[in-house]
Order: sequence, then C-alpha cells, then structure tokens
Amino acid sequence: MSEDAGPRGIVDRLLAANAIAVYVFLYAPIVLLVIFSFNDNNNVSIWTEPSLRWYGEMFRNDQVMGALQNSLLVALVATAVSTVLGTALAISLERYRYRGRGTLDGLAYLPIIIPDVTMAVMLLVFFFQAFGILDSLTGIRLTAGLHTIILAHIAFNISFVAVVVRARIAQFDDALEEAAADLYATRWQTFRKVTLPLIAPGVAGGALLALTLSLDDVVVTQFVSGAGSTTLPVYVFGLVRRGVTPLINAVSVVMLVASMVLVAVSLGLQRSAAGRQKVLTEPSLVYERTT
Amino acid sequence: MTQAPVTPELEKAAERADSRRGFLIGLPASGYLVLFFAIPLVLVFVYSFASRSSTGLTVLEDWNLDSYRRLLDPLVVEIFVRSFVLALATTVICLLASYPFAYYVATRGAALRNVLLILVMIPFWSNFLVRTYAWRVLLGTDGVISQISQGFGGESMRVLFTPLAVLIGLVYGYLPFMVLPLYAAIERLDWSLVEAARDLYADGWTAFRRVTLPLSMPGVVAGSILVFIPSLGAYVTPAILGGARTVLMGDYIVSQFLAARNWPFGSALSFAVMFVMLIAAMFYFRAGARTL
Repeated sequence: MSEDAGPRGIVDRLLAANAIAVYVFLYAPIVLLVIFSFNDNNNVSIWTEPSLRWYGEMFRNDQVMGALQNSLLVALVATAVSTVLGTALAISLERYRYRGRGTLDGLAYLPIIIPDVTMAVMLLVFFFQAFGILDSLTGIRLTAGLHTIILAHIAFNISFVAVVVRARIAQFDDALEEAAADLYATRWQTFRKVTLPLIAPGVAGGALLALTLSLDDVVVTQFVSGAGSTTLPVYVFGLVRRGVTPLINAVSVVMLVASMVLVAVSLGLQRSAAGRQKVLTEPSLVYERTT
Repeated sequence: MTQAPVTPELEKAAERADSRRGFLIGLPASGYLVLFFAIPLVLVFVYSFASRSSTGLTVLEDWNLDSYRRLLDPLVVEIFVRSFVLALATTVICLLASYPFAYYVATRGAALRNVLLILVMIPFWSNFLVRTYAWRVLLGTDGVISQISQGFGGESMRVLFTPLAVLIGLVYGYLPFMVLPLYAAIERLDWSLVEAARDLYADGWTAFRRVTLPLSMPGVVAGSILVFIPSLGAYVTPAILGGARTVLMGDYIVSQFLAARNWPFGSALSFAVMFVMLIAAMFYFRAGARTL
C-alpha cells in the first residue's frame, strides 16, 4: 500500500493506543491467572508469596489426573478417527461429482454452524433413544461413558477436518494426479505418492484442530458423559461452578500451556510465512473456535 | 498397448464408475454424519412435539404444539430478549474496538503485521473455558480489579455475577472472531481507490467514510455474524460469570434437559435458537464468506 493513503499523525497515535488497549485486554486476564497459579494462598486472587504448592496438589489429586487421562484418551481416539473420515470426505466432496453430493456438502457444514448447546442436546436425546431401542430389542443395556464422548467428538470433528483439508485440496491442480495416472500409477499409488504428500499439511492442520477442539470441549462432553467418565474441562467446569480454588488456577495454566504448544506445532508445520498466516486466519477456521 | 476406441458409451461408463468411487470414498464419513448428526437432529425435532408423563418422562405420543406455544410465555420471551440484547451489545462493542484495531494491524509493515496477528491468535486458540475462568480472578469481590479500586481509596466492587460480567466475558471470548475477518477485508483493500478519493480533494474522514468503510463492509458483516451467533447460544460464559438473574438462552436450554427434565420444551427452544442462527449464517455465507 502507499504511505500517503494510510492514516497519519494524531489518527495513527489514536489507532496505536487502541491497539495497545486491545492487547492489554486480551492478555491481562491470562497473565494474572498464570501469576496467581504460583501463589501460596487459599484465596485465588490475594497474593501472599510465590510457591508451587497448587501444582503439587494438582499432581497428587487423583480426580484431576483421572480426568486428564480420560481427556487425552478421548482426544487421541476422536482425532485419529475423524482425521481419516474427514480427509476421505474432503477428497470425495472436492474431487468427485455424484448425486447427493450437494446435500452431503450441506450436511458436512451444519455441525460447524450449529451452536454446541444444540449439538449437545441432540446427542443426549440420540443416545438415550438409541440405548432404549437397543435394550428393548436385544436386552443389551448400554450406558454413557467414554465411548459416547468419543462418538460425539468424532461427530463434530469430521466437519472441521473436512473443511481444512478441502481448503488444501482446492489449492492444487488435479493435473498432477492425472499425470501420475498417465504414467501407469494405480489409483492407490497415485493417492500415496501424489495426493497424500500434497494435502499432508492440510491433514495435519485438520488433525491439530480436531485435537484442540476435543481437548477444549465442555458442553457436548458434559451431556454425553456417564458417571465416572469426566474429561478435564468438564471436571474444571464443575469445580468452577461450585466455587473457585487456586487448584483450578494451576490446572488452567496447564491447559493453557497445552493449547499454546498445539498452536506452536501447527505453526511449525507450515513452512512458509504465508502458510502460517493462513493457518491462523483461515476464515473457516475462525468459525469453529466457538464454545 | 492397444486401446479400445473411446465411444460415448465407454465415456459414460467411466464417468459413472468415477462418481460411484467418489460416493464410496465419502461413504464412511457421510454415514457417520447421518447416524450421529442428521438422525439426532430429526429426533430433537420430533421430541419438540412430544408430551410429558406426570413423572416428567418424555412420551412419544399425544403429539402437540404446547412446547412451541410456551415459547411465547413472557418469561421465555424475556430470556430470549435478554440473550438477543446481550449478543447484540457484544457484537457492537467488538466491532467498535476491532475495526480501528484491524485497520492498525493491516496498515503496518509485513513483519510487524505478522507478529501483531499472532498475538491476537494465541488467546484465540487457547482453551475457552480457561480464558473465561481467568475473569473470575479479576472480577470477584476479592478480585484484582476490586483490590486495585480499594488501593486507590475506592470501594470494594464486585462485577462478577452481573450481566456486565457476562458482557465482558463474551466480548473477551469472541473479539478475535471480529478482528480476523475485518483484518482480511482491510488488508486486501485497493488503496489506490483511497488515493483517488484524496486526489479528488476528499478529506481523510470523507475518504474513509465513502471508500474504505464500504469496501471493508464484507468483513464487518462476516465479523458481526461470527460474534453474534455464538454469543446468542453462549452457555459456558454465563454459567461461569453470570448470576442467577442473568439466565440466557444457552443455560435455559441446558436446564430444561439436565434440571427441569422437560425435553420437549428444551427441544423446541433449541429449534428456535437454531432457526435464528441459521438465518444469520445464511447472511454470513451470502455476504461475508464469498469475499473472504
């Protein structure tokens, strides 16, 4: 852009002041949370002296550790399954034409648009009804647990993976695949040697997004989890609603660090600066970060 | 290698085989989405017409419109209006703060721009629950803000559990949704048009109002809808920062399922909210997504 057209002087200074205010607003709560997680006091926001006391308590707390294990298990399984299904869906929607494709396209977008409270309600009713039917038909009694959480997470993750992978597929020419076919590569060889390497960054991005969404989800998980199958966010949410303790500060900081590591990894996966910016600002990615 | 001549029949057969292959590749995912998304969606719709037994269980007979009629109950309308106003206020505040912010970031040099953008994205990608919880540390009676106020000789103040706290939490949670589309729209703006306006003796403000703002309008629309939709359905933020008097649509729906056990009414509420959101989402895809 030309410098002439940009804002100058007083306007520029006002804009800079606004930008600083926005950054302070964005970071002050996070920074304070981190500081108070190292506070040796029973009150969450009154400072006494620095200590690692609450981190120690966190590691000794069986419920926190159990919930953490559940979270990791759910997130890893849900991510693996939804990455495979979502990638296949993306290829199918982006590269082929068939009857019903338009409907499927809409169906694949809906889980992204729909508020998660609604998604949670839908899956609660569904599992209740499905378990009821199964019981009356076969006498098998199923209850909610980690398996229902995993099934629910896959249901919302597929769409997000598909959106990210599709964006990547749309970027490259299918002439490359045709060239491989002309050189007598089988379909599977073409996929393994040409398509997959090309879309790999998109698949990795989609997988990381799925992992983040799965690790963060509170609402859907709360609705489909059974007794004794809490994930870490649901456990923390329950604690917060009963009242705050410095233990939550420490757990929160650990969760915060985990999400930042995931962002760093996804940035690292994108080799170019342009690719990095795209990962961060992809409008379709913007949408799904709703809670 | 000899090849059969390519006849129209052969071509058609190849096309059919190709579309069958595409369908089969997508089948596991589409089957999954039908089972765990489409069917549940239809189920909730069916439930919204069901009735309840005297013990509160949902009975899938005696289909009626009672749940939809109850949407017009003054209490329900009040909750809906409150959610709507709060979501609208969140959107307006986000827009007012984000437009100048996005403009500032978009008009910096490339290196600085990337750093500034990543600084917006980091909180955006961090755990939403944790970010909302962080405000409890700030807004409570012993909270940091109250302590600062007392430090300056002011009174102890508790913003927590008020509608204001929920508003702050919503703005905090969804601000990046506004910044990003605005940034994208302003960054790709054709600045020679602004220059042309200046050459024709438009002052800075007029050039902004008549050229820059209209050109960045898709970003404004997209950002507003991206903030409005999740704000309207918010559940975590009011649950953590709001009090008993600030029930919003999100927690009202949840309470129908987990506490009141009125599933038909909860289903009808879900559909009402979904309806409003689908309309907003349609605007998004028409006006915003096309240009982003």
